[in-house]
Amino acid sequence: MEKILLEIKNLSKNYHNKQNEIKAIANLNLNIYQDEILAIVGPSGCGKSTFLSILSGIEKESSGKIIKHLNLKTGYMLQTDSLFPWLTIKNNALLPLTIKKELTNDNINKVINLFNKYGLQEFTELYPKNLSGGMRQRVALIRTLADNPNLLLLDEPYSALDYQTRLALSNDLYNIIKQERKTAILITHDIAEAISLADRVVVLSTRPCHIKKIYNINLANKTDPINNRKDPKFNYYYDLIWRDLDVHI
Amino acid sequence: MSTFSKEHIDYLKKEQKYKIIIHITQTFILIFLFLIWQILANTNVINVFLYSSPKLIIETIIDLIKQQILFSHIIVTLYEVLLSFLISIIISLIIATILWWNKFLSKVFSPFLTILNSLPKVALGPLIIIWAGANINSIIIMSLLISTFITIINLHEAFISTNKNYIILLKSMGASKIDIYKKVIIQSNKANIINSLKINLSMNFIGVIMGELLVSKKGLGYLIMYASSIFNIKLVITSIIILGFLSFILYSIISYLEKKLL
Repeated sequence: MEKILLEIKNLSKNYHNKQNEIKAIANLNLNIYQDEILAIVGPSGCGKSTFLSILSGIEKESSGKIIKHLNLKTGYMLQTDSLFPWLTIKNNALLPLTIKKELTNDNINKVINLFNKYGLQEFTELYPKNLSGGMRQRVALIRTLADNPNLLLLDEPYSALDYQTRLALSNDLYNIIKQERKTAILITHDIAEAISLADRVVVLSTRPCHIKKIYNINLANKTDPINNRKDPKFNYYYDLIWRDLDVHI
Repeated sequence: MSTFSKEHIDYLKKEQKYKIIIHITQTFILIFLFLIWQILANTNVINVFLYSSPKLIIETIIDLIKQQILFSHIIVTLYEVLLSFLISIIISLIIATILWWNKFLSKVFSPFLTILNSLPKVALGPLIIIWAGANINSIIIMSLLISTFITIINLHEAFISTNKNYIILLKSMGASKIDIYKKVIIQSNKANIINSLKINLSMNFIGVIMGELLVSKKGLGYLIMYASSIFNIKLVITSIIILGFLSFILYSIISYLEKKLL
């Protein structure tokens, strides 16, 4: 297989409050390989988002090791686009560069190229309120790519959008990730989205979360997410993962 | 922008008309009230000596201008209001920032702030005069006491309820606390800050007039105090009307700034 980008060893995370101690993640072991898309599904509230927060450096692990290889640099994308309403689309996208003080002409041009490449060039001087929800998430993705990270951490990036837009955008996302040659960890609650996008799907257990199963998605004819949904093996995986998740209401 | 449909142009015209009608109605109400007041005075339904009349008020204003004392009183009050406004805003912003920055300090001082804010400041009047002297210092201190605590509380409240996602996003980019403060807290709270300015200004007016009533040799509060001591009711009412007009103008300036900035 490809080179290992990230090794996660015995990762645990506990939260504390007055009433009790919550074990969010317990002994999680996982390797992330270069250029793969890894989808993570799991019961709601199982600690998926916590996992990404730790990888992005927003939160600290309680114990365990995260070993980074190949100059790993992460870009984090939230459920909401979180574009700043007081900044133009362009300045929103440049935010990571501004924060990291890397606003060189070269870097700015790279972002402008992304705008051009993904059909947003007319909107750069507008404000977020002028754009539709789907467009805003596209800008959010460009913002995530702005400082050229090699690992994208996507926390249910399209869950706030309607189904049709989500389908179109996940196709978009797939193409962008592949074209820009990025590695991505995608958290989702949508099994179909996971199978159609990812190379591997990780199923997490209930809290405290650890890995229940990892599936290598070997579709008969792997193309883009929308076509992948028509693949003969799609339902096979869907069924397996659905059973693993063991949803009770 | 010139390609609006007729329907849209009609809509814009209607909106414009609606706005004008509101202004006309407001003016009409004012004129109506003053007119009723004047009629009641002319027909001796009300005692002019106790309730004055619009005509007497205009005469009083002309009189004050002739004696060349109207503007000096206005300027003194205005100066006190603006000075305490400025000091109060700076202090409030600094303290609210410190409290946002340091959760420990915010926890420690929050009950003190609440107590200080709810304490009726006028009760401190005599103490302030003894400590700061019977001069402008007492007036400024009174005004600051009334406005600052509530502004600190409001600003701090706004700062800590800033959209968490914005902060998470910046943190994921490796932003420092000062980055978060400059790029998110201040930017996303501009509207709240301007709102605080408005409340602050009203509080400064209250504080300054209260201070002037207690201790002063000049200003509209002094004029009210002086006039009531010699039972010159028309002068009292004139001063109050000028005061109302003054606060309306200052408020309009802030509203204008609000539109420019936001």
